[in-house]
Amino acid sequence: MSGVEYLSPGSVAEAVKALQVEGARVMAGGTDLLVQMRVGRAKPRVVVDLKRIPGIADIREQDGAFIIGAAASGAAIGEHEGLRKAWPGVVEAANLIGSTQVQGRASLGGNLCNASPAADSVPALIAAGAACVIAGPKGEREAPVEAIQTAPGKTSLAANEVLVAFRLPKRAVYSGDAYLRLIPRTEMDIAVVGAGVSVTLDASGKCVDARVSVGAVAPTALLVEAAGAALIGSSFEEVALAKLEAAVAAAAKPISDKRGTAEYRTKVAAVLARRAALIARDRAKA
Amino acid sequence: MSRKVVNATVNGEPVEFLAGGGQSLLDALRDELRLTGSKEGCGTGDCGACSVIVDGRLVCACLMLAPEAEGKRIETIEGLADNGHLHPLQHQFLEHAALQCGFCTPGLLMASKALLDRNPDPTETEVRYWLAGNICRCTGYDKVVRAVMDAAADLRQEKPR
Repeated sequence: MSGVEYLSPGSVAEAVKALQVEGARVMAGGTDLLVQMRVGRAKPRVVVDLKRIPGIADIREQDGAFIIGAAASGAAIGEHEGLRKAWPGVVEAANLIGSTQVQGRASLGGNLCNASPAADSVPALIAAGAACVIAGPKGEREAPVEAIQTAPGKTSLAANEVLVAFRLPKRAVYSGDAYLRLIPRTEMDIAVVGAGVSVTLDASGKCVDARVSVGAVAPTALLVEAAGAALIGSSFEEVALAKLEAAVAAAAKPISDKRGTAEYRTKVAAVLARRAALIARDRAKA
Repeated sequence: MSRKVVNATVNGEPVEFLAGGGQSLLDALRDELRLTGSKEGCGTGDCGACSVIVDGRLVCACLMLAPEAEGKRIETIEGLADNGHLHPLQHQFLEHAALQCGFCTPGLLMASKALLDRNPDPTETEVRYWLAGNICRCTGYDKVVRAVMDAAADLRQEKPR
């Protein structure tokens, strides 16, 4: 990793400028980038470390909405009581990434922009309806999380754009979210399947809004609109849950690899989505 | 490529060293500052042998760039004992024989310290999850977990003094 230049811009504008250079790469927590540099898969000429930008790692509440800085660490996210209360599914997904040591550095911005199909926080953020605040040479734009990953390791961000923050919408009274993943052990592994669900209920417990997203069953995390639609109008009866499962299974386009066959992943995606939906419902009622 | 002067605090002492842009904090600790207690097991953040505490957060020193250390407060295994007096964690690791080859031990001790710094009374389950990122080839972990639980008890008793 010799011959790499390290820059730590003090503002978003400076970071965008630093990225004009050919071969420049953004670094947030670095838990993916530094591993890729070490094995020679990433060969940046310049590493642009975002963490000296004021606010880039902050988590703040704004009129009920939450703004999570792109470089906020998993540990900081897990310690934020307000966020844990409003978005327990997003927090549990973020906290599943890696070990305690990795949690000290790994960020949501990095998890999304590394664009692994198995990134744990991404289905939870998609289910949450989170938006990305992206800065570029012409100013800021917003895009939904599901518009960022385009293929394994690829994003829709231009080379000189920086993901600055995530915006999680204000929660309705009866709403909840959940994220579940399957790995063959209890810690320190990559998702075989992940499923995030966010629901809003009315006072009688009927579902009025739902978003379902699954990870590791396609080149990118999927927003399964038909699965959310299956829940809307229901009170989570068996027929609605069966429809949700069928929609997830139909949307899943997994590969077979050492972690699981395509058939297994498809089945498990449906099961996890159902279970996550029920947890999200229980949290919405609580 | 130019190297940068980095000023940081390591185990309470101000230090200054030259860091390459792509150099890891672990390499800087070991090669520039000659603090070789932190070990490189995997170099990819999987094994935890290089665990250090940076501004109160447990991290893998192999997954942090050396120039990032500017202005940071870093705690390494070399700072754990107090003037030759072993830290209760070190003492209990010896009591329980919670090590064999010892390569993972500095990382396990720093990870355990980071846990007890924020949670003085962890459950066994909490200890096991917290230490999941510290891989030990020899001990089977059980003695490590018992040593951490006993060290936590020791530290709780020491507090009133």
